Parts: sequence; structure tokens; C-alpha cells
Amino acid sequence: METVKIKTEVNPKKTKMKISGAEAIIHCLLAEGVDLLYGYPGGAIMPVYDELYKFQDKLTHILTRHEQGATHAAQGYARVSGRVGVAMATSGPGATNLVTGLADAQIDSTPMVCITGQVTRHLLGSDAFQETDIIGISTPVTKWNYQITEASEIPEIMAKAFYIAKSGRPGPVLVDITKNAQIDEFDFSYEKCTAVRSYNPVPKPNVEAIEAAAKLINNAKKPLIVWGQGVILGKAEEELKALVEKSGVPAAWTIMGASALDNEHPLNVGMVGMHGNYGPNVLTNECDVLIAIGMRFDDRVTGSLDTYAKQAKVIHFEIDKAEINKNVHADVAVLGNSKETLGLLLPMLKENKHTAWHNEFKEKYKVEFEQVIKNDIHPTKEGLTMGEVIEQINIESEQKAVIVTDVGQHQMIGCRYAKFKQSKSNITSGGLGTMGFALPAAIGAKMGAMEREVVAIIGDGGYQMTIQELGVIFQHNVPVKIVVLNNEHLGMVRQWQELFFDRRYASTVMTNPDFVKIAEGYSIEARRVSTREDMKAAIKEMIASKNPYFLEVKVEQEDNVFPMIPSGASVSEVRLK
Amino acid sequence: MEKEWFTISVYSENNVGLLNRISGIFLKRHINIESLNVSKSEIEGVSKFTIVVHTTEKWTRNIVGQIEKQIEVIKAFYHTDEETIYQESVLFKIASNLLFDERQIQNIIKDNNSQIVTVARDFFVIAKSGRRNEINEMYDQLKPFGIMQFVRTGRISVSKEEMQITALLNEFYQDK
Repeated sequence: METVKIKTEVNPKKTKMKISGAEAIIHCLLAEGVDLLYGYPGGAIMPVYDELYKFQDKLTHILTRHEQGATHAAQGYARVSGRVGVAMATSGPGATNLVTGLADAQIDSTPMVCITGQVTRHLLGSDAFQETDIIGISTPVTKWNYQITEASEIPEIMAKAFYIAKSGRPGPVLVDITKNAQIDEFDFSYEKCTAVRSYNPVPKPNVEAIEAAAKLINNAKKPLIVWGQGVILGKAEEELKALVEKSGVPAAWTIMGASALDNEHPLNVGMVGMHGNYGPNVLTNECDVLIAIGMRFDDRVTGSLDTYAKQAKVIHFEIDKAEINKNVHADVAVLGNSKETLGLLLPMLKENKHTAWHNEFKEKYKVEFEQVIKNDIHPTKEGLTMGEVIEQINIESEQKAVIVTDVGQHQMIGCRYAKFKQSKSNITSGGLGTMGFALPAAIGAKMGAMEREVVAIIGDGGYQMTIQELGVIFQHNVPVKIVVLNNEHLGMVRQWQELFFDRRYASTVMTNPDFVKIAEGYSIEARRVSTREDMKAAIKEMIASKNPYFLEVKVEQEDNVFPMIPSGASVSEVRLK
Repeated sequence: MEKEWFTISVYSENNVGLLNRISGIFLKRHINIESLNVSKSEIEGVSKFTIVVHTTEKWTRNIVGQIEKQIEVIKAFYHTDEETIYQESVLFKIASNLLFDERQIQNIIKDNNSQIVTVARDFFVIAKSGRRNEINEMYDQLKPFGIMQFVRTGRISVSKEEMQITALLNEFYQDK
């Protein structure tokens, strides 16, 4: 580490004292403004837990029921609050159980610091009890990782960990700390990290590129904005709104970008991607200028790249240089923080309206409404649809809730139909598609925004992957609302089997336990509904409740999510049925 | 897009684990590293990786972007063979009797501008530096006589254009 020069700012409360490495870790967390972390103790991290015990008035530790839950809770907390989420685990299995959450945070750019205990330094490489090479294992799924083997390294590395996790394009950092480094004493002093010489987190905006972008936008006849999570991470929601309103450009979003602009904004034309809205998908291949903001052209967004927006000039606003030309060629690349670059772009734009072009989206919406949406949210059949449940939550929560979704059909329906008035309200596992994400993420989201209503919407499959986190809700009385949309299937896989595997339903039928009894076992108020009337009443009751609440909704077992771009097909080939 | 030979040069901090992080970028994309060399660079405390790949330019650009994104990487470049001066080194271990029994071997050593670095009772060792094809030619010439051991280094290369790492680092210190 000696070769890394870190420029630091002096912490006004800078203190010098001889303390153990474990106590130093607590002071580092406090200096970084951490007051809450999630984790699970074990042998190699016990000295730190001993210090957590002493500092429990300043630092709350939430014991999740599995380390994976700790990472997702930290992610939910980070995504809703914009702060760094912290998770802690012991060595060996504790550490390996963090891997899914790390991978999820890496692909969804979530700031998170994970701290793992490690066997004492002299045992490294000896296959000691609960020794695992978590640095080797976590390298591909972390933005940065480091193994501390001496107590004196702790302040510098912890400062660097927080700086790297939250700066530029955020991501997860793992710090592995050998037990001797937790026990040994050293002279502690802490300075925040503000720069690392080999790391350029926010490229300086290039004014010429922004001028070129402005020129393309001003001359465009059929421009389309597609924004992603970069708008939220860059805190550029106001700039996005101003851009849309001044330029009159219809704007669509990826699921990670959802909630950055009010769904009911007239120029918000909906979601792109595999189960996105018909208009923005089809019209991606008719626009003349595609303005991508803080999104990375994931395959679930683009479908086949060979037929994606080939007619359009592409402008790519992006903080991560490695994303430029990775999947889609950018005619103009604007590097930098979206708040800054959009802020520079705005005064260069002409006021405009694209009424005829915008009407094409409205026409396509009418088609989608008639063929899909109407049946999803106002069904005439007897069985309940996932869409009408989401719609009812919109109504009862007045579109103010944080919606946390898991992965699968309910996630796509949730993202399609949930309405948001406030940013950072759609918490989902976008890139990795981690089943089991929602329940722990909802716990973290609630703790990151106690004043907000948090509703977790989960399928019966994913729910059972991390169901043990009900224990956290019970122990800490976390007032999250849990809605399990139970179709007795792994619905999305079943849908693919129906459409692409000649209805061979291999291992997608589930015989489920009594979810209500399970929730009641944790003293959580619970209800099961299977009729429209009961569903509406239960959602009203759930939203009104000040306590944790579990609601199981029995939905149609074999409903499919449409529109759908079949895997590998073009966005123009989006199917409505 | 056609596959070509590219030399990727990476200037980085000298830290444990960075090699793993960089090699993982190739692993993730199922791209084989044809040769790898890690050494000190011209700048104190800065390491240089020289990595040779045989793939398309698009993949190479993608990989270089991902490498440069790593926290401890200062800068990464890629070059075609024409844009660099590059060499590899090899050692051939050959039975000593052949040196006397097969006059042709002495000619091979001379014609290839290689040197004998040591002679022992049972074997002698030839060292040769040069481009991959030159080394391959020499290998083919020696092979019929029997090679006891053969080892070759990864490619080392310098670019014809300036890499400006020092300027980049100076800029960092000025900004802060």
C-alpha cells in the first residue's frame, strides 16, 4: 500500500490514541458517519463484535439470519438513502455467503462496504478452520478489495474503502481483516480519503462533446431519451426533468432508472426492455437521436444489438468510461457526473416540442393498453392478476411508497405498474436478478427511510430464499409491508417453459407451506386473500397499519407477463401476447 | 471483425492481488492470455504489465477499458505489433555432446545471433532474444537435434508513441 499516495483532508475530530484494531474499525465506521450495519458474528470477527457491544449506543448492529440477508439489507439501505451500506461477516462460510450480495451491488452500482474477519495472519494459507480466500473469491464482484494483516493499516484502508465505494460509479468494496490485526494495538488517527492517484472517479466533462450533443438534440426530429440509474446516483433528477421539459423529448427508463421522474409526467413514456412498454421499445428503432443517460445498454434493455437503434445517432451520457462503446456505439460520448453534464447541456438546448412524435408514443400506449394493460390492472376474469394488486398499492399508498421487488414475473409487473412520485423509490435486483433480494432489501430500505412506507412485493419462489429474515422484522419490529404474490409457480421460468420449451414445466411447480402461519410464527400480522374484494380491503388495512404486515395474495397460476421481447430478438419484435 | 495480435500495456500500483484482478477480466470474457510479463516501469513505484492477446480489436478495447477501470490501474493502452518495439527471450538446454557431434548447431547459434550462456559436462544453454517468429524459426532448427528443455519469457515491449504516465501522475498531484 505504501505506493498509493492518498491525499487526505484533516478530520477536525482527529484523535491519536493507542487502541486495538477492532476498536479502530468502530472509530473508522463512526468517522464515516455509519450508525447502522448488518451482519452475523463468528470466530474470526469476534473482537470487532466485542467492540460493537461497547459502542451500541452509537452504532446499531442488526443481526440478519444469513449473511446474504446482511448484504441485501445494506443494499436496500444504500439504494433508498444514497449512503454507503455496511455489512459484516466472519471468515469462511460467513464471507462466502456475502458473494451474491457483492455481485448484486457490483452490477447495480450500489455503494457498500463489507467487512470480513479472517484467520490470524500466521495461519493464512494453512487451510485453517473457517479459512477461505475471500479476496480471491470476491475480486471479480467487487469494485475494490483488500486484506488487512496489520492493525496499523486499518484507518487508511477503511478510509479508502468508503471513498471508493461511494465515489464515481459506486460499488461494493470488501475489506478482509485478519484476527491478529483486530487484536493488536496501535496509535490510531483517522483521515478521510478524498483521492487515490490511480483512480479517476468522475471524468471532467468535455464541453465540445456537450455542444455536439446539444446540436444533435436541437436538430433532431424524433429524439428519445432513455435514462438509467445514473440519473439517481448522480442526483440529477431535477436536471433530467428540466431537460425533458425544455427539449420536449419523450423520455423512457430502464428498471434501474425508475422513479427518477414522476410516472405521470406527460413526457414520461414508460419503461424500455424485455418487459417494458410497447411504445418506447418499438420507437427506439424509429428515433433519429437516442439520448442515453446513465444507463449501460444491458441486453435486457437492447435485445439483439445487431438491430438496436441502428438508424439513430446515439448520445451517451455516462460516468464510467468503460461503458462507452461497450455494447452500443456512441456517436457522441459525454463523460462525467450526470448532474454536472446535464447541467451544462441545459442552457445549450432550444425550447422545443415534438408533438407528432410524442403522439406516436401515445398511440402505441393505446394499443398496449387495449391488449395488455387493461387486462392486467382491470381484469374481468375471476382470478386475481399481479397487476391489479400493484395498482391497488398505488392507490392506497398514494404513489408515495418505496416498492421493493424480488425477481421474476412480479418484479416485471411491479416495475411496469408501480407509480412513483419520489426518486429512489424502486428498489430491485436489476442486473444480477437475485431471487431472495426483496425481503432483506426491504428491511434495509425501511431502516434507511423510516419516514417512508416500504412495500416489498415478492413471488412465492424468491420469498422462500430469504424467508428467515422475518426474524429481523420480528426482533426489531421493522414495519415493512410484505406482499407475496403467490402463483404456486416459479412464474417467469414457467412462462418461458410455456412459450419456448413446449410447456415442459420442469421443476417450476411449487407446493408451498402456509405462509400466513409462518408469518404468525414471527408474530407478524398476516392475511391471505384470493378474491378481489378481500385483496382491496387487505391492502387498505396493510397500508394503514403502523406495524409489520404480511399479505399473501393468491393470484392466477398461469398468467404471463407481456409485452415481451423474446431473448435475442429485436426491440421492434416486442410481443403483446 | 478479424482477430489480430495486440499488446496491452498496463501501468499500475504495485499491489498484492492486482494480477488476479486483471487476469480475471480475461477469464470473464473467455479470452486466453498469450503472454504476460510484469515488471518495474520507468517510474518509481509503478509496475508495468505487458499482456499479449490474439483477439478482435473490439474485445481488446473492451478489455483495456475494464482494466483501466480497476482502482489501482493508472493507465492501460493497447497497440498492434507495428506500433511497438517488442521482444521475447528464450533459453534452450541441449545435450553437450551435440555441440561436438553436430557441427550444424554451431551455425544455428551464429546465424540466429544467439549466445551460449553456460557449458556444463552434460548440457549447454543457448540464450536468444528476438521476435516470436525468429524464436520459432530457431526452435524449429534445433528441434531435430533434441532439446532437453525450452523456456520462453512473455513479450516485453515499448510503444513508439509516448505514454505520458509521469504527466498523468503530475496532473493528479497538481489537482489535489
